[in-house]
Order: sequence, then structure tokens, then C-alpha cells
Amino acid sequence: MAATRYSLTTLVLLSGMAGSQAGVLPEDRADAMYHSYDGGGVEISGPSLLVLKKVGQDVALNANYYVDSISSASIDVVTTASPYSEERTELSGGVDYLHGNSTLSLSYTSSDESDYEANTASMGVSMDMFGNMTTLSMGYSRGWDTVGVNGVAAFSEDTDRQNYRLGVSQVITKDLVLEVNYEGITDEGLLNNPYRQVRYVDAGDPRGYNYTDEQYPRTRTSSALAMRARHYLPWRAAVSGEYRFFTDTWGIDAHTFQLGYTHTFTGGWILDASLRHYRQGAADFYSDLLPFQDSQNFFGRDKELSTFTSNSLGVKLSYDFLKQGWQGIERGTLSLAWDSIWFDYDDFRDLRVVLPASQVGSEPLYSFNANVVQLYLSLYF
Amino acid sequence: MRIDCKRIVKYGLAALLLALGTAAVAATATGPAPDFALKSDSGSNLRLSELRGEVVLINFWASWCGPCRQEMPVLSELHEQYRDMGFTVLGVNVEENSTDARKLLKSMPVSFPVLFDNDSTVSRQYDVVAMPSTVLVDRDGNVRYLHRGYNPGEEADYVEKVRSLIRE
Amino acid sequence: MLRHTLPVMLCALLLSACSSVEPWVKPYERAHLADEIMQFERDPVSGAYITHVYQAREAARGAEGGHGGGCGCN
Repeated sequence: MAATRYSLTTLVLLSGMAGSQAGVLPEDRADAMYHSYDGGGVEISGPSLLVLKKVGQDVALNANYYVDSISSASIDVVTTASPYSEERTELSGGVDYLHGNSTLSLSYTSSDESDYEANTASMGVSMDMFGNMTTLSMGYSRGWDTVGVNGVAAFSEDTDRQNYRLGVSQVITKDLVLEVNYEGITDEGLLNNPYRQVRYVDAGDPRGYNYTDEQYPRTRTSSALAMRARHYLPWRAAVSGEYRFFTDTWGIDAHTFQLGYTHTFTGGWILDASLRHYRQGAADFYSDLLPFQDSQNFFGRDKELSTFTSNSLGVKLSYDFLKQGWQGIERGTLSLAWDSIWFDYDDFRDLRVVLPASQVGSEPLYSFNANVVQLYLSLYF
Repeated sequence: MRIDCKRIVKYGLAALLLALGTAAVAATATGPAPDFALKSDSGSNLRLSELRGEVVLINFWASWCGPCRQEMPVLSELHEQYRDMGFTVLGVNVEENSTDARKLLKSMPVSFPVLFDNDSTVSRQYDVVAMPSTVLVDRDGNVRYLHRGYNPGEEADYVEKVRSLIRE
Repeated sequence: MLRHTLPVMLCALLLSACSSVEPWVKPYERAHLADEIMQFERDPVSGAYITHVYQAREAARGAEGGHGGGCGCN
């Protein structure tokens, strides 16, 4: 089961790497990570490996291997289906080309699981301007997905995606950087999870409700605008703040607020702490319980499209254990990060609580907590 | 909601490529090289005018600047090669705090004298607007050449200019 | 086509005019900006993963990436 809609992990990965300094290629590095997510009945873990290597003077190559091993007994799964296990593998490769003050990046990503295949091609340009105080970035990605259904060989639907990115990074003072990023995304095709179902009031059913397949619009266009700033503090620390506004043609508006603090200790220790608050309004066609079947043209009961908030607390500790280098390795760090996320839904109900038919629609609102752990080794060459 | 961002990005890219004149990597600057005296890594003070009669390559660098670190061994070689013909490389470290620079020099020693411009007075005098910056001063104490930034391979440019200044 | 040519030319003019603006943070003042802790995301593998965790569970997506600051070398 495509437990989650494929998200453009690598896009973030590569856009983050390519543009970090437009006129200079990133440091050679290799990262090996173990990641683990546990929350809401879902357990996902696996490796993420990254290699970034300069080839010659102007070119850097990168490759990433990522796996999600999924064990899902999520609320949707336990109420309408049965727990399952699955594996998703994602491979990507890219190249950065440096020319003067600009970097051109190209990449390709392929993600595979038993019922979902996603392919994405991406390109980006990053330019340093005005004495390297300003960095302008632009990016475009195109994705081709194939959605399947486990056990139904004949089912195959396509989804196409396009992303447009524009960003400006500006040095304000010798201690302050400001960044503004815009991303517009259009999706077309089968946009809902083919397994998920929506419920409607049904007096004829002992539960008081019945299920039917979701019906989503076949297009979605979204815009996100984010602003963030990072300020250096005299004791070799940094503080950052971010706000992002999101809106789309499905009627969803979302706000994301983040605060981060980085502190360094002598001996090569770095501590990062973060707070995140996210809130969104439901999609126009979202409904936890339709008054009757086909009461609207489009309907969905994906909690991801409901009205909810998520609050997170994160801590990361890194240790530089190879300060003097070793053989060809200049530096090595070991990092451990833990994030705890609380999801609280305002219009998605917990159907594990079975109420008499007359009280349908009054089930308690759903909420859960997830813990995310990352353990990774980074070697710099 | 239609986004015109498609167009914005497409035409924005075109506009930028149009506007992107080549940033002056190599420029010909003229005039007498401003004189200065700075403390060197050997402990003693060094004054630029003391080197009158020699061709001087002044390189402004910082320990946190990747391309600067790449350039240093190259300049070290250049210094050794043309030393006897009346040429010297002067490294000017632009950092407020010299600790990181000294640490770097210990692990990556160079053959040329390194001066510490902690107050940034010399950086301002020479209007350093890029890192690294390389200034070539002729035997009469005049600035003849300015090179901004560094990419591996650009030292060939230095060699050419140094040789022509030595022959003058 | 002409509708787009004019704004493009204006952008080009504006940008070339702007290139004569003097950077007010001198390259020798960029020590802090070049420090790795001033990057919004030091570890791309970690950043990408956490973004994926949120994107898979929230409707909002996009505008997470970042660039710039840094040493400004070259």
C-alpha cells in the first residue's frame, strides 16, 4: 500500500545541496543514516546513504540510496483494512556544474514500492550576485508517477507533477542571512490513495455509516511562500526563525512556524534544538462523515487533508570525532536527532471507538504522537 | 487559482542570463600600492615599502574560505620558484581573530611570509571585495594587476603576469 | 510575446544597474556567515528526511529548500 503519497525527498536534498554556495561546489562527503519513525500505529525505518564527490574542478556528482521499511497499522488501516508491511526504495543521482558564480544542477530520482512508482527529473540554477551577498535560485521539476493497487494487476493510473521554485538568499549583516522561497506545484491524474474510503451516514447499516471509494479532483495546484532568517550569536551559536504560508486549489490553507537554536560546545559538540508549529484548514471536499452517499462531487476522508495542527519538538546532538582527520578523511561527525510530533485533528474522528448508530459522527477526535529518530555518520573528504 | 509562476520562472531566468555580465574576475588596477605595516607570522613587523625593487604578489585570504585554502600551496610553490628573481608572495590574513589562521598555517605551512590584518585596515586600503583577492605590485611599487576569486588553474594567469613583471 | 519582452528587458536593466551596488558586508567580514552553523541545513540527508516525514502527513508542501549566505568566495 502506498502508505503515504510519494514526496519529493530528493528534491529537498538536492536543492539544499546545490545552492548552498552558488559560486563554490559543496565539500566532498559521505553520509550514512538510520532513520526511524514510530507513531499512530505506523513504524517506518531504514537507511539513507549519500555520496557527494567532486570530479575535476567544476563538477560534483551525488547519489542517494534511501529505503523505507513500513509496518503499518495506522488508524485508516485498522478501521478499514488490515495491517501490512511494505518496502519503498528510492534511488537518485545528480550532477552540479559550477561556472563562474553560478551552479547548474540536474538530478533524477526513482522511487519504487509494490503499488507506487515515482520518477522525477529536476533541474536548478543558483547564482551569486552583488558581491556574493545575494544568491538567486530557480528550479523546475517534472514527475511521472504510476499508481497501482496491490492484488489488482489491471489497476494502473498515472499522476504527473510539476514543481517551480524561486528563491532569494540575502546577506543582511555580517551576522544575519535572510531567505525567501517560493514553490508552485501542479499535480494531475489520480491524486487520492486508491485504498482509502470515505464514510457516509447510512441508517441501513448497523454501524450507522457505510464506506465508499474516495473521489478527488484530478488536478491540484498549490503555492507555498516561505521566509526564514538565521542570526549568528557571539558565543558561536545561531538562532533561526521561519514562516511558511501554503495555499492550494483544494481550499487548503496552512501555516508553518519554526524556531531553531544551534549551540556549540568546545570539543566539537553541536546541539540543535527546534520548535515547530503547523496548522492547516481542511480541503473543500474533505469530510469525516458525509450526510449521504454522493452528497458532493468530490469527497475524501484523508486526515492529511483535514483541519489539524501538528506541534513538534526536536533535539539533535553532533560530535566531531575526527577533528585531526584520518587518511583521506578531513573530518567526521556522528549525529543523533530526536523529534517528537503531536498531531491533533479537529475534524477527523477516531473510528476505533465504536459508538451506537445513533451517535455516529460523535466519535472522539483523533490525535497521536510520533517519535522520529535519526542516527547518522558524516564523513568529509 | 492559476499560477503565473511558470512564466515568472521562465522569463526570470531569461532576464537574469541577460543581465549577467561577467563579474570582473581579472581587472587592471593602476596607481601606487598603498603602503602598510603588519605583524608577520615570524613575529616581526613587515612593511610593504621595504620590498620596493621586488615584484610583490599580495594575496588576501581567510581560513574559512575554501578557494583561499586551495590557492595557498599553489602560491607557496610560486614564491619558491621565482624568489631568486626578485619576487615575493605576501599573504595577508583578513581575520579579526588570528587563531584559526595560525592553526591552518601549522597544518599547512607555506614558504611565504603571512601578515595579520586584524583591524581590516589593509583590506579596506586595497578595497578587497572578493575572497580571495590577489594584487600584483611591480618593482616601482605600483599596482599592476588585480585578480578576484580563485579557481584551480587560474595560477597560470599569475605565472604569466609575474614573469612579465620580473622581466621589466 | 511583446507583452513579456518589456518586463524582461526592464528586469535586465534593473539587475545590471544593481551590480554597481557595493556589498556592505566586506568579504573579510564574512567569517561568521561562512561558519557551518550558519547554514539553515548542515546535513542534507537529515533535512531531506525530516521534510519527507512532514510532507507525507501534512497537506502543505514546497518552499523548504535553501541556499546562500556562506563564505561568498569566488
